[in-house]
Amino acid sequence: MYVAVKGGEQAIGNAHSLLAEARRGDPETPEISLAQIDGQLALAVDRVMCEGSLHDRELASLAIKQARGDLFEAIFLLRAYRTTLPRFGTTEPLDTASMTIRRRISATFKDVPGGQILGPTFDYTHRLLDFDLAESGGAPAAPVAEGAPQMDGPVASMPRVVDLLDREGLIQVEEPDPGTAPVDDLTREPLRFPASRALRLQNLARGDEGFLLSLGYSTQRGYGRNHPFAGEIRLGEVDVEMVPAELGFPIAIGAITVTECEMVNQFRGSATVPAQFTRGYGLAFGEAERKAMVMALVDRALRCRELGEEPGSPAQDEEFVLYHSDNVEASGFVQHLKLPHYVDFQSELVLVRTLRAQADAAPHE
Amino acid sequence: MSAYNFAYLDEQTKRMIRRSILKAVAIPGYQVPFGSREMPLSYGWGTGGVQVTAGVIGPDDVLKVIDQGADDTTNAVSIRRFFARMTGVKTTTRTEDATLIQTRHRIPETPLRAGQIVVFQVPIPEPLRWLEPREAETRKMHALEEYGVMHVRLYEDITQHGRVATAYDYPVRVNGRYIMRPSPIPKFDNPKLDRSPALLLFGAGREKRIYAVPPWTPVKSLDFEDHPFTIEKWDQPCGVCGSRDSFLDEVIVDDKGGRLLVCSDTDYCERRREDQR
Repeated sequence: MYVAVKGGEQAIGNAHSLLAEARRGDPETPEISLAQIDGQLALAVDRVMCEGSLHDRELASLAIKQARGDLFEAIFLLRAYRTTLPRFGTTEPLDTASMTIRRRISATFKDVPGGQILGPTFDYTHRLLDFDLAESGGAPAAPVAEGAPQMDGPVASMPRVVDLLDREGLIQVEEPDPGTAPVDDLTREPLRFPASRALRLQNLARGDEGFLLSLGYSTQRGYGRNHPFAGEIRLGEVDVEMVPAELGFPIAIGAITVTECEMVNQFRGSATVPAQFTRGYGLAFGEAERKAMVMALVDRALRCRELGEEPGSPAQDEEFVLYHSDNVEASGFVQHLKLPHYVDFQSELVLVRTLRAQADAAPHE
Repeated sequence: MSAYNFAYLDEQTKRMIRRSILKAVAIPGYQVPFGSREMPLSYGWGTGGVQVTAGVIGPDDVLKVIDQGADDTTNAVSIRRFFARMTGVKTTTRTEDATLIQTRHRIPETPLRAGQIVVFQVPIPEPLRWLEPREAETRKMHALEEYGVMHVRLYEDITQHGRVATAYDYPVRVNGRYIMRPSPIPKFDNPKLDRSPALLLFGAGREKRIYAVPPWTPVKSLDFEDHPFTIEKWDQPCGVCGSRDSFLDEVIVDDKGGRLLVCSDTDYCERRREDQR
């Protein structure tokens, strides 16, 4: 005799206990600390903060630990926490020209004012597994250049490479939004189309790195080609400033690490605009160079309409890109297929049987 | 759970949701965009329904949560537990005792009554989506009542299969105006939408839309005069309670293809059995 499945509640509870046990792993091995995750899996923390849209290394580390290293799950945890936070206000725009630079490269000029600074990068490492790392042991301290910038030292402003082109009028002018209207906020208002550039950039900033990577790559392979050059990539610390209403002038409330990428793209001009370079922009929390670069590629692809280019490739399709970039949404909806669908499936069974019976009954040709 | 506000969402967000619901009620079947929030459960797992429920639930409500018609499927259990933790309201499995019913994929068999609210979890709110993927286009089509493509699609089904080959999420026209997706309920449940005494609210979290069918609103399943809308029928009654009027799920009972049909609405089925004792 069939008995309706009972005990879902207990099953869920038991599953969660099992998960907690699996998370801890072998109890003989020391438990990983948040400081270890923050310090030694720093790039995972950066990604979780960036796509989780919340700058908090400790919480991101906790999310990674709780998610057993599943970064999608960690991003989701951080997002769900983020929605519960009150808003105190809006910061001033970051001034990345006054960044304390740790890395800064330009692929468009051999040398630039301020120089090329390689910084901490995987580039030019030979991807050979380093078996010495399997044993614990300290890394030798990196040499310090004379006159290297200090976090708490005075910050020498380092002009952005793309601004040099700007002076010659060779590059598309970026006009700030007119007036002091509040910037659109993707997390408070539903996306509507056509979306403002601010909304698009917000969407890309929290968008899945893998999805954007593939889209950006597709533009390089001819699907919406726009001839990118890495005008400048810079990594470092910038001050975050706010204007408290009771003071009326900006004060620094902290510093965050960001990676910024400005792509310079070819543009042959149109009937009204002479040939010039155009831009794509990427900004990400932490050390996230790949993310900043693909964000800039996709940003540029999405600007096709304003530049009078005929959109025809996936990366240029605003609805396609912006609706599918969010991995919290995508992961949830894909995985909801695990939920029971027996009612719909039953309806389909009835329908398919009816259609087949009908086909069997029909005279054969 | 004093760390969280009543029903998890902050009051500003609840107000925003209520405003969207009011607009949805005022324009039956129209999809109102709303500032959907990230919830502590996955997108696609009822975040829209949960936000609508959080928006309307009060301390005196009695909540029932079903998934596939059953109160004890895992996701129904999880959502019911969430609200029990976040609001402390009474929960029930009895349809007539509930003031608020959140559901996925079914409408209870027990007739709804005036004063009840049913909240549907909606994966894809746009009925024209499979015909036109672009949101900017479909919004225009709704505004202009440009529904020809939908009728053509149904007509093509009839020419190809002799009938409309849609078994669930069967499109309806609300109050003679908007075409609406009833969420993936089987078409068996569509007649229950028509002039329902209960308020029907639909929440799509990932897609950020809320829509509604106010009480007593006419809801017509799309059809043609010579091909009227019909619902599923089974040639056997429920193997547990003997009902011939309820939606039946098929359960495979052995490895030789043996099947048993049972009510998908577990509350309805159990109550009938109690009455038979």
